[in-house]
Amino acid sequence: MIANLDYGTLQQLWWILCSVVGSLFLFLTFVQGGNTLLWQVAKNDVESALVMNSLGRKWEMTFTTLVLFGGALFAAFPKFYATSFGGAYWVWMLILFTFIIQAVSYEYRKKPDNFLGAKVYEFFLLINGTVGVLLIGAAVGTFFTGSNFTLNVYNQVSWTHPMRGLEAAFSLFNLSLGLFLVFNARVLGAMYLLNNINFSAMDSFKARLRKAVWVNFLCALPFLLYVLASLLLMQGFGVDEAGVVSMVANKYLLNLLAMPLVLGLLLVGLVLVILAVLATAFKGSDKGIWLAGLGTVLVGLAVFFTAGFNNTPFYPSKVDLQSSLTIYNASSSPYTLMAMTYVALGIPFVLAYVAYVWRQMDSQKLAAHEVMDHEAY
Amino acid sequence: MVDVDLSLVNWSRAQFALTAMYHWIFVPLTLGLSFLCAMFESIYVRTGDEKWKAITRFWMTLFGINFAIGVATGIILEFQFGTNWSNYSWMVGDIFGAPLAIEGIFAFFLEATFFAVMFFGWNRVSKGFHLFSTWMVAVGSNLSALWILVANAWMQNPVGMAFNPETARFEMENFWAVLFSPVAMSKFTHTTSSGFLLGSLFVVTVSCWYLLKGRHVEMAKKSIVVASVFGLLASAYVGFTGDEAAFEVAQKQPMKLAAFEGLYKGEQGAGLVAAGIINGAKKPGDSQGPFLFEVKVPGLLSLLANRAPGSFVPGIDDLVYGNSEQKVMGVAAKMKLGQLAVADLAAFKQARQEKNDGAASEALARFSANKEFLGYGYLDTPEEAVPPVSTAFYSFHIMVILGSLFPVIFLALLFFTLKGKISETRWLLPLGLLSFFLGLVAQQMGWVVAEVGRQPWAIQGLMPVKMATTNLAVGHVQATFFMFLGLFTLLLIAEIKIMLKQISIGPEGL
Repeated sequence: MIANLDYGTLQQLWWILCSVVGSLFLFLTFVQGGNTLLWQVAKNDVESALVMNSLGRKWEMTFTTLVLFGGALFAAFPKFYATSFGGAYWVWMLILFTFIIQAVSYEYRKKPDNFLGAKVYEFFLLINGTVGVLLIGAAVGTFFTGSNFTLNVYNQVSWTHPMRGLEAAFSLFNLSLGLFLVFNARVLGAMYLLNNINFSAMDSFKARLRKAVWVNFLCALPFLLYVLASLLLMQGFGVDEAGVVSMVANKYLLNLLAMPLVLGLLLVGLVLVILAVLATAFKGSDKGIWLAGLGTVLVGLAVFFTAGFNNTPFYPSKVDLQSSLTIYNASSSPYTLMAMTYVALGIPFVLAYVAYVWRQMDSQKLAAHEVMDHEAY
Repeated sequence: MVDVDLSLVNWSRAQFALTAMYHWIFVPLTLGLSFLCAMFESIYVRTGDEKWKAITRFWMTLFGINFAIGVATGIILEFQFGTNWSNYSWMVGDIFGAPLAIEGIFAFFLEATFFAVMFFGWNRVSKGFHLFSTWMVAVGSNLSALWILVANAWMQNPVGMAFNPETARFEMENFWAVLFSPVAMSKFTHTTSSGFLLGSLFVVTVSCWYLLKGRHVEMAKKSIVVASVFGLLASAYVGFTGDEAAFEVAQKQPMKLAAFEGLYKGEQGAGLVAAGIINGAKKPGDSQGPFLFEVKVPGLLSLLANRAPGSFVPGIDDLVYGNSEQKVMGVAAKMKLGQLAVADLAAFKQARQEKNDGAASEALARFSANKEFLGYGYLDTPEEAVPPVSTAFYSFHIMVILGSLFPVIFLALLFFTLKGKISETRWLLPLGLLSFFLGLVAQQMGWVVAEVGRQPWAIQGLMPVKMATTNLAVGHVQATFFMFLGLFTLLLIAEIKIMLKQISIGPEGL
């Protein structure tokens, strides 16, 4: 069956798969968001230890999903990988730096003689959850606002802005998307902690987390509304049948109208997040993370599909429209996409054992007595 | 002929080397220690002896400290292909990206998922499931090594692909040829088994320190027995796979072999230089001797390189200037054909842009005749094809000499431990204490010879490193180089201090 798929279908399939991985990553940023809450929700050592250990048992999943996102883009859309990572050098480098410092922070924070002190490792996690997530949002924002690059006849990238990608963070749309993701990650983080921790005799801790869900949602809202309004009203990048890229009025609104399923994903996703927030903040629910997580994944899918489908270049160039990348001109060869599709058949198996182990580990909520020994984070 | 900023190329090289060498301090230890933890835990589950549980948890703590920094230093390597080697990434993403994606799907998730169980699941899952999880972390770590080494092997021996002139890039034609190329297999087995060896040396070093201090003596002895047996087996396998790897180098990258053997003039029945001092003034094509001092084993290089004692092994001069008698085509001749290929490819692209099908077809036919020499068309001089000989020679020989020493150390430790005299064998314990650090040197030397020895090529014969870089102002790369240097050094110091403290605290309950 896979062998019979045509090239265009394989390209679309791989855009969908990359979108799924990217959207799952956005859900898993609850780890990053949760870390940034440490100072606000944890008021003593036990509460801090619970936050760190709860998130510290999941950080690798987020990290690995990010690495897989990069690997999948490299394999399926190498021209994007080369153009964006090579061109927007600084935005990617800074994102990577924030993930490097994250990776050691859980393990080293409480270990004796850790050289930098616990506060520095906690600060590393704050940087990862704020700067890292914000820059990822800014990078995703360029899917809609465009970037400053040209490609020569051999498809080698030249970046025309001296800030080498960091300029993306100075666009109001990109910045708003980044800030929305930061606050959304904090909402998800608070919900995850509510779901994962045993709050026996810690009612005030729990109440602070509930408050954090609501406050961070309110903080996220203006940025979300600005991003949505801009997305619907802005000029976008379109590509015609001859492959010529041009500016199209209300392009992304037209995309959503042309793809009702994507519009549905967006609306359902937003509703799920809002319902989860309300249920968590005001109805005492501890399971909001699953609803909000699903909502985040659906919104993420809608964003990636709007950027890549319906004759839209997903990585447009502002300075040379014809250098813009579409899922059709940026992809690997049919053979590689087909081989990778066979490999992707293993993904459900991977998801199944991840879910099984997750359930095994989290069937009992994390209790205070588990996080105070020397092996805990 | 090609406008390349060499300082950019060299800074990009330096940054990649820096990040790779830091990463490789931690990864081989992860590869080996993960299996040793699984073995210790298997003994605990089998015997039910709580002492073995304490031993397992102690080594697991050290494993976790090392694992975290291995992950931290690893992420940059994958993304650096895009940030600093974007021309390479576009040209070969079809082939090179696939193993990295598979590594993420099948190996990293295995590690990430079961790592949490391994460390925090002692009271949350059954004993059997915990043991299974520990083994899965070991398998996952080593699986990840498989895919990245497949990718690296493809750069050293590009197989299973074809050049597509329409897109001006290399495209995969045979996934299995890429995965199961003999170079990939020998690289994978040699590298992972060297990791097993290093993990064993780590356990030996820490245990010898305890024995010298007279602390945790029982744990130290038990650990030495397990690690020495594992290390001995690993050493034998490292030797066997090393021989295979060298044979593959001789067949696929004869210039690398000539460089790490310091062989300038090819010989029939060539001897193997067991040790020597390179003549630093020696240049390709001149009449100086390559060594100031050498100890040579007659005929052995021909035997190892070609599996035939009297066979001809080409030297650097043969490979650069050609040797018609031995039918060796020189770099100079390849460059001429490569330059034609480069020009014909440009003519083809130009004709395509002008929609001149006739001219495109003619250019394509000319290009096809010389396309296997494409990479040589970007070299400026024939001598550019010669890697740094002294670096390759010394790194290779240090690796081999150290690699030969380790089985002796394991054997001696095992012998005296089983005889019950290890604590009294004071001459051996300092050697055991030193052994891990020697192992680290051998590990680093192994990658130096593999990567310096294949210069100037990013893809052997097809793409020189200087054509692979991102078009960046050098200042950007210099800035990130020093950022990585500072950050990784900071994290390394933290790791060492934490590790030493944990070793000083020792296992609980023993």
